[in-house]
Amino acid sequence: MEFAGFEMPVRYSGDVREHVAVRTAAGLFDISHMGEFEVRGSGAGAWLDRMVTNQVGSLAVGQALYSPMCRPDAGIVDDLLVYRYDDHYMVVVNAANLGKDFSWLAEHVPAGVTLEDRSDETALLAVQGPRAGDVLRGHLPDAALELGYYRFTTGSLFGAPATLSRTGYTGEDGFELYFHPRHAEAVWSGLVAAGKPHGLELVGLGARDTLRLEMGYMLYGNDIDDTTSPLEAGLGWTVKLAKGDFLGRDVMLRQKAEGVSRRLVGFQLDGRRVPRHGMRIASAGRPVGVVTSGTFGPSLERPLGMGYVEAALAGNGTALEIETGSTTLAARVTARPFYSRGTHRS
Amino acid sequence: MTFPDDVRYASTHEWAREQDGLVTVGITGYATDQLGDVVFVDLPAVGRKLAAGDKFGEIEAVKTVSDLYVPVAGEVVEVNTGLGDDPAAVNRDPYGAGWMLRLKPSEREAVKALLTSAAYAQVVAEAHP
Repeated sequence: MEFAGFEMPVRYSGDVREHVAVRTAAGLFDISHMGEFEVRGSGAGAWLDRMVTNQVGSLAVGQALYSPMCRPDAGIVDDLLVYRYDDHYMVVVNAANLGKDFSWLAEHVPAGVTLEDRSDETALLAVQGPRAGDVLRGHLPDAALELGYYRFTTGSLFGAPATLSRTGYTGEDGFELYFHPRHAEAVWSGLVAAGKPHGLELVGLGARDTLRLEMGYMLYGNDIDDTTSPLEAGLGWTVKLAKGDFLGRDVMLRQKAEGVSRRLVGFQLDGRRVPRHGMRIASAGRPVGVVTSGTFGPSLERPLGMGYVEAALAGNGTALEIETGSTTLAARVTARPFYSRGTHRS
Repeated sequence: MTFPDDVRYASTHEWAREQDGLVTVGITGYATDQLGDVVFVDLPAVGRKLAAGDKFGEIEAVKTVSDLYVPVAGEVVEVNTGLGDDPAAVNRDPYGAGWMLRLKPSEREAVKALLTSAAYAQVVAEAHP
């Protein structure tokens, strides 16, 4: 399948098998399509803090941060990761937004701060699962295996100078590994060989989506976009209103004071019919929202989804109806993560 | 990918097998590959009369949902209730345990007008140039 200009593996051995491997052993993901920007200069951190909603200024060297980046009207330009190195920052963005994000940042970059697109010089592989540490032991510095969640270090990985980051999008323990694509073949085959005794499976975009959805993680373009605010999306924990001014702050202050009219909720269904992106959500027959993501959750063995509904209907346990077009499914609002037995560090 | 010769095919990726005056219908191995892991098959009530090309149900996979069409006209005389507990049979054995329904066909030998395995292989090949 082509995705954002990349030929992407959607499926290797099968969605469920790949998903289960990540929950019970380990999976290897090629996510090199993600974009990486390098930000340098003495004012780089302060500027990034004006561009994103979470607090870059609180990052220690060797720490990463998840944050929305918003427009003045609080619509989300993208959700991204900010890595603080000792002399610069790396910003990791969604592939589909790479051009838009770079333009957006370039429009706002002040004198004294440099912004460079390093995406073509950066490959990204993820090893995720409870046995990710076993797969990597002996192949990266011991210090990397001791990293806490959302911490990173640099070191050698099968001969490649790499950023070794204890992050992921699956809810399981694991690493995201950044390095120059000239080493991609050596690192890929090294990881495949190292993973063999530990049940490492190759994982495509299909299982990546079921894994993130069982955790209730956002997918840009589905659950969040230029028209949704972080507060509507339940990302209030990433919005640091007290840190000083940033793009979208005025609108978010007002949304916080007055409340938002719609909220992103998670919901589960009985049976095996699956909610899908774009289906209408109703309450007692009245349209109240729309499904943004849905799947059958292989680890939960039931259908689940997320969508925006009127704020009054966002409470856990609220009954909703999902209209598939041919039938109506009963759903109820459920706290996220849907899957709470993951091994990721917190 | 090879397609068995003992069934006939529709370009919508169903197969039909005529035996003892009844027509068994399922979906092809190509269709199951495209769908991925099947989690639910919505089948019609026994007794329902269907025209050729009518939608008879829906199939839910983890990643997608698809409509199901009958390749020939007839009355539903049996559905594969085993798929309720084991929808994965459609992936595992699409031409056997993964069968979906049996029809009493409105016209004798209607199955013979459907695509042969070679013709269906051509349809699949054209979908993936």
